[in-house]
Amino acid sequence: MDEHESPELTEDEKQLFADLMPEDLTEIMDKGVNRRHFLKLMTLAGGGILAAQSAVAEQVLTRSSSETLPTELVPDSLENAVTVACKVNGKARTFTIDSRMTLLDTLRERLDLTGSKKGCDHGQCGACTVIVNGSRVLSCLTLAASCAGKTVQTIEGLAQGNRLHPMQEAFLKHDGFQCGFCTPGQICSAVALLDEAKKGHASYVTGNLRPPVGPVKLSNEEIRERMSGNICRCGAYPNIVAAIQEVHSGQSVEQVFRSV
Amino acid sequence: MRPFTYTRATDATSAIKLLAENPHAKFLAGGTNLLDLMKEDVERPTALIDISDLDLNDIKPITAGVNQGGISLGGLGKNTDAANHPLVRQHYPLLSQAILAGASGQIRNMATNGGNLLQRTRCPYFYEVAMPCNKREPGTGCGARDGINRMHAIFGWSEHCVAVYPSDLAVALTALDAGVIVRSANGQQRRIPIADFYRLPGDEPEKDTNLPHGELITAIELPKNRFANQSYYLKVRDRASYAFALVSVAAALETEGNTIKQARIAMGGVAHKPWRALKAEQMLVGKEATEANFKLAADAEMADAKPLTHNAFKVELGNRSIVLALRMAVNGGKA
Repeated sequence: MDEHESPELTEDEKQLFADLMPEDLTEIMDKGVNRRHFLKLMTLAGGGILAAQSAVAEQVLTRSSSETLPTELVPDSLENAVTVACKVNGKARTFTIDSRMTLLDTLRERLDLTGSKKGCDHGQCGACTVIVNGSRVLSCLTLAASCAGKTVQTIEGLAQGNRLHPMQEAFLKHDGFQCGFCTPGQICSAVALLDEAKKGHASYVTGNLRPPVGPVKLSNEEIRERMSGNICRCGAYPNIVAAIQEVHSGQSVEQVFRSV
Repeated sequence: MRPFTYTRATDATSAIKLLAENPHAKFLAGGTNLLDLMKEDVERPTALIDISDLDLNDIKPITAGVNQGGISLGGLGKNTDAANHPLVRQHYPLLSQAILAGASGQIRNMATNGGNLLQRTRCPYFYEVAMPCNKREPGTGCGARDGINRMHAIFGWSEHCVAVYPSDLAVALTALDAGVIVRSANGQQRRIPIADFYRLPGDEPEKDTNLPHGELITAIELPKNRFANQSYYLKVRDRASYAFALVSVAAALETEGNTIKQARIAMGGVAHKPWRALKAEQMLVGKEATEANFKLAADAEMADAKPLTHNAFKVELGNRSIVLALRMAVNGGKA
């Protein structure tokens, strides 16, 4: 429901709210059902109080809650304001920010792209990894101001419509996470890593660096070294490596968690 | 983070001018170290001049001058691109290895060659603004001297500072006798040999390098050499990857038969600058490339080490690392 749309409640719904949430009725009539009302209804539903009016309750509960989403903030005054135009997940975006804003904070707080996570905020954990101009970088150590004219891809930009990126599919298949906090960074890092391998990039565990550069086939040891900038406190590493190896090799890899 | 003005430079001349006229201005390139230090309130620039658009990324052969036959790395080239460039991998695999030993894939994609040289120590007393640190705030004392100094220097430290220099790339550059090309506000360009670029702390630990404020690193020059067949960068750290060195060794040999014609050894994690192991090098020249001679060379270098309270282990570790790096250099990377 649009935030400006006046609520159109059926007579049954009005009766339901009047019975169950009389103190909220005026607000609901004026502004519509918001998140607080929705949660309250959910609690009542959980307690079985809505059972008698189940048909109406179902109707209300399946309506989207219309809590006002913050639209683009336009600060009255900014010290050292910088206006940045860049492309984020294929869309042109322009925003005016304090020069101190990192790319991570801008994505999360200004563009509502909260997939990229703030783990350490000091470049040590990799949870904020995004892909800028095709390369994986740490958005917590990147000033948003320095992204003018660049293309930024985040975890939200990997799937095509309802079709997940193969790396996302592989993380699901191999259970490449537990709490999931590091996962967006892990997946962005892994996606860019595949490109690096195609370009023939070497790592510290690559034996001989001198043969001509061409696409490289990565061992699990190589994948571990190349993913060392992404820390997983749950220790899902074997599953993460299996997921990346499956997409990299194009061949089905055994699900590690089934064999232990 | 404290407020600062942000300017995106379009040409080197105006960028250097902007920097030179404000003692509290800083160049921003990859930002991997500078932004972190600004968040910690260790660095407090009032102006950042973003130089990442400047056209200083090329890696190319040097066709004239003292380093003819060598290669030049643009000061603003990314670490990833330097490590993977065919010219670097073919002729300076030691440098590729050293770069790849440092940081993570993400950070190497961001960090520039010039910026890497100017990164600051990771001494925890330098990072924690509640602690005394002569490097951060001259005159406050050194917290690490009698504090927790397991990660600190065993060579060349002073009572004022026991911090170590963190770059891996610079250790390889030191072994390879690189030159740092810098440009000043009057447009003049000069070459600083890498050995003169860094300094020991003495009583001015706030100075990491001999580069004055107001100059830009435009390139790094690598002279031609015959080390590509026999070199190795060994990095020993607390975890398998993505950690700073306890000790690292860049080793390169040129041999004739089994006789060593030239030896280059530089160490990381042991001093306020990349530590050129000249004594070990001198021991090796003219000798056979044998395990026994490698050990004599390591003993000669490490005899001068002066460990602190918690880092005596670095003396033995450094000794063994020199021997192992030399062995791996002659064995094509095999231990």
